[in-house]
Amino acid sequence: MSLLAIENVEKSYVIGKIGVWALKGIDLLIDAGKFVSFIGPSGSGKTTLLNLIGCLDKPSKGKVLINGMDVSHLDRKSSAKFRGGNIGFIFQNFNLLPVLTVYENVEYPLIMVQNVPAEKRKIKILELLEKVGMMEQKDKYPDQLSGGQKQRVAIARALVTEPKIVLADEPTANLDHDTAYKILKIMHDMKNEFGTTFIFATHDTKVVGEAEVIYTIEDGKIIGQTARNAGGK
Amino acid sequence: MINILKIAWRNLFRYTRRTLLTASLIVFGVALVIVFGGIGNSFKDGIVGILTNSNLGDLQIHKKGYVGSIDNLPLDLTIPEAGRIKIESILNKNAAIKDYSKRIRFGAVISNFVQSTNMRLTAVYPGDESQVCPDLPKRIKDGDSNPDTFVKPGSIVIPLNIANGMKLKTGDEVVLVATNKEGSVNGMTFKISGISENILGPQGKDGYMHMEDAFSLLRIEGGEITEIAVKINDFSRLRKTTRELKHALPGIAGASPDKPFLEIHTWEDLSPFSSIARIVTLLIMVVRVVLVSIVLISILNVMMMSVYERIGEIGTIASLGTLPGKILMLFLAEGLSLGFFSALAGGILGTGILAVLAVIKPQFTFGMMELSLAPQIPMGEIIVSIAIVVVISTLASLQPALKAAKMEPVEALRHV
Repeated sequence: MSLLAIENVEKSYVIGKIGVWALKGIDLLIDAGKFVSFIGPSGSGKTTLLNLIGCLDKPSKGKVLINGMDVSHLDRKSSAKFRGGNIGFIFQNFNLLPVLTVYENVEYPLIMVQNVPAEKRKIKILELLEKVGMMEQKDKYPDQLSGGQKQRVAIARALVTEPKIVLADEPTANLDHDTAYKILKIMHDMKNEFGTTFIFATHDTKVVGEAEVIYTIEDGKIIGQTARNAGGK
Repeated sequence: MINILKIAWRNLFRYTRRTLLTASLIVFGVALVIVFGGIGNSFKDGIVGILTNSNLGDLQIHKKGYVGSIDNLPLDLTIPEAGRIKIESILNKNAAIKDYSKRIRFGAVISNFVQSTNMRLTAVYPGDESQVCPDLPKRIKDGDSNPDTFVKPGSIVIPLNIANGMKLKTGDEVVLVATNKEGSVNGMTFKISGISENILGPQGKDGYMHMEDAFSLLRIEGGEITEIAVKINDFSRLRKTTRELKHALPGIAGASPDKPFLEIHTWEDLSPFSSIARIVTLLIMVVRVVLVSIVLISILNVMMMSVYERIGEIGTIASLGTLPGKILMLFLAEGLSLGFFSALAGGILGTGILAVLAVIKPQFTFGMMELSLAPQIPMGEIIVSIAIVVVISTLASLQPALKAAKMEPVEALRHV
């Protein structure tokens, strides 16, 4: 069974008095432990698709199944619980909480979402900060970090709850070339180590180059699918 | 909960200037309520103390209808001896009653053989009167101020107004002429044994004489009196004690119209100052309402801005799986912390100001009374003020917090 199955999903918005179809009849299957990329021009529906997979939004039609569970019609509380246990997010703008230190940002989902005991929390956080190379900055606040460092913290925060899927919307868009490669390598290593599925929405060719499965989306439809070996080889 | 408070506290100090500005507004408001309440109550208690301890007693018992005609000081509305004995028996058995003083109040003309003027006289037994009005002898500034002997048979205490107006001094002789209840006029010569300070209002022409002299001057043979002034042990239980006495005293409830028909009044019913006391209480309430408005508007403003500025963050924490209830708690904790700690600081500031005033004891004159403000630290007022701020802070934070909790994560994440 695939980790993620999307069945005939459609999503429409009403802007003013005009209905806009963001996604039209999307079907796809994604296996566990894959590096998947949605590519396409701006407004093609990549972010909308990520939002549906992340239970942040509901489809107008069709189903989103994660591990066989239909998550497309969960209520607000259930979808929050589901996200907290199964999905990690990495954002283009890092979205770290400015009042918390690096350590506390990574700790946040363990305290506020999963209620993990303090000792267990500490072990997990320190391990992940070590892996993303942010151990020395653990007591710094986000405004004291570079863009690359912020994204490393965001990766640690996304992985600390051991989610099945990490959704990353343009994770390298605000990073320079070298930093973007380093971030991608970290995510790749994490994927290999934890078996987490990474799904990207991106324009970035560096990200696309790392993907094992690439879906090309245009005007709300999947118009192409490419499967490759990891690292684009 | 500790983590929610920690995050709330840090969020408050993200915008230090704004938070401090709002906090200072609340601090000022709470301090104002406490200081105003402390001073207002001190002023009120000071004057009530002077009135009850110098003149009125805590409550008075009269024949029914007496207070309605009190300006005329009627001598036909008296409590006869039999009724007085019953009343005394009831008062003696009541543990709430500290003491009582029998009085005859009447109007008279005082003459120094050259000029004359009218005055009010209260005939008392000085020992009893001093127990009910312990400050009365202290107000006798010239002459005998011994609590047990400040009026002796054949002597009177006159107020400063009359002494000055008629150029009288202690030891001088005067004639008092009074009309008794049958309408006959009688006059007696008295020696001035003391001159008392004026007390608020019409008491500016009040003098004192011994009860036995009043019986002679007014030709009262049956031992009747016009009133009994009562002092109770615990002033805070005045209303309760008055209620109990109304039930216990014969005829007060009007059960039997042919028996002595009494009425009982607290100092509030007898003094025009009770209206001022009520105004002071009302003003304290108004200041409280102002405080509530300050807290409500300032916290609501800060929290609404806080939610609006952090929509993206709300989207982030929601996407991480934070339950709506916890998002609500985060923002409520923020408003509550701001309100609580500001109120606490205001409480400390207000208490400090009152403590300084209690040491300085500023003096001022109210009417004819010299007052010294020595406010007590009103612990009740402080607790009530902090509680009001906490409740209002919670209410003011509720709407913005609900807005944050109900926000769709996908919409919030889109917000720049």
